[in-house]
Amino acid sequence: MVDRSDNHREGASLRAAGAEMTAPEVDLWFAREVLPLESVLMQFLQHNWRNASDISDLRQEVYVRVYEAALERIPDRPKQFVFATARNLLIDRVRQGNVVPIEAASDLEALEIAADAPGPEHIAIARDDLRHLQSAIDRLPPRAREVILLRRIHGLSRNEIAQRMGVAEGTVSQHLAYALRLLTDALYGEFPDVRRKP
Amino acid sequence: MTAPERATDIETQAAEWIGRRELDNWGEDDNRALKAWLDASLAHRVAFVRLETGWKRTERLAAFRTPMREQQRIEHAKPGWTLLFRAIAATAVIAVVAAAAATYMVRDNTREFSTPIGGHEVITLTDGSSVELNTDTVLRTRGRFAELVKGEAYFQIKHDAQHPFIVKAGGHSVTDLGTAFIVRNDPNKLTVRLVEGRARIDAANDKGQGAVLTPGDVAVASQGALSVRKASVQQLEDNLGWRRGVLVFDRTTLGEAAAEFNRYNREKLVIADPAAARLTIGGTFPSGNVALFSRVAQAALNLHLETRGADIVITGPTKTSAKTSE
Repeated sequence: MVDRSDNHREGASLRAAGAEMTAPEVDLWFAREVLPLESVLMQFLQHNWRNASDISDLRQEVYVRVYEAALERIPDRPKQFVFATARNLLIDRVRQGNVVPIEAASDLEALEIAADAPGPEHIAIARDDLRHLQSAIDRLPPRAREVILLRRIHGLSRNEIAQRMGVAEGTVSQHLAYALRLLTDALYGEFPDVRRKP
Repeated sequence: MTAPERATDIETQAAEWIGRRELDNWGEDDNRALKAWLDASLAHRVAFVRLETGWKRTERLAAFRTPMREQQRIEHAKPGWTLLFRAIAATAVIAVVAAAAATYMVRDNTREFSTPIGGHEVITLTDGSSVELNTDTVLRTRGRFAELVKGEAYFQIKHDAQHPFIVKAGGHSVTDLGTAFIVRNDPNKLTVRLVEGRARIDAANDKGQGAVLTPGDVAVASQGALSVRKASVQQLEDNLGWRRGVLVFDRTTLGEAAAEFNRYNREKLVIADPAAARLTIGGTFPSGNVALFSRVAQAALNLHLETRGADIVITGPTKTSAKTSE
């Protein structure tokens, strides 16, 4: 069955019905279908979970569950699958009683809304990747922006970047690592801090 | 059940792996260590895939350093970028520190250095002069004499008034008068770009007096003919982009850009459509990444790509609207 909700033709070749997927195939699928949902997922988690410091752990757990399932079989409807996974995770956490309960009983409604939305962010990203990237980079702190641009636009070596930024050569990769985390958050996940009720 | 690692810790580690792989000396041991880390937990793998995807998306930035529409838009939108672009553009490229690892052989005091396609090496001569070899290049040296058998090299010569340094190529000769210059030996023509100091060029079989070049001069010598024009500092710097592994295009036709990429790569970029070959493109691109350049060109110029064997063939503009996916 090669039937899927959104019709991304390039995805079709990845899917052999029911076959077990290799990690690289799942990586591609994950990057293409799941990551673009991150900002909506973060909103969903934040909306339904009071403790903000848990959010990134919850996101990671959702991703691990989704990825693990995809190794068995790529889900037909990525968006529904991701949000169903998120909801189940929150319910599990409540049952385990080890965390603050779900705040709003409206979580099911929120899930429905999130899962049924047409996913404009997905389409917008595909269409205007460069602009999206540019705005993400604009939002970085200057040093983080600089290290990425020096590397990517000017292709400078570690040594040259160190000289340009006035840092020790051995620390350049750490600067880049830090910048990359901020950038990836800005690209995918950066969630508005306004949803939580007081 | 053991307590799971915190997501932020995993993310920090994943980002460090990517940073190290991108910038540090990366060997087989590192690869193995990374693989072990990835295999240790799905959480590691997922965090890595996520950040790696983010990093790959920045490949597109190569398109930004262009005088084309994109950059102008950025400059209007964001003063911070403008300043940075200017700062980068204004700073001269610092010499690359690298060991002389070019393959070479010694025969009766003549040393021969060569680089493969995509190669780049810095060699230091006994007199302290240094020569950087670009892709697919063969250079023979003997004392203060060098022959560029093929390819391209950037010479930074220790000046010695008593013993001028002479570079021969294709019957032409360049005589250093205290100099840094680029020599590129193409079939049927030799191009010399003077970066610093002065040098003299004499074309093969030229009846004229040759020419003394000053910084910014670009001399093109062919059989019996020599022409000299002036290039801007920016153009010279762009022409030295290969020293840091990039090709810089500015309103370059796709045909010329493909020819440049093909100097550096075994997989060839073929422009099958003459109209497409005349389209122009700008930007800075890693010279070893034909696929990236093709994707950017495809998106910017709305082209149709296909792969044939190891080659990428541009068959013309897409008929339908630009929805081709990477």
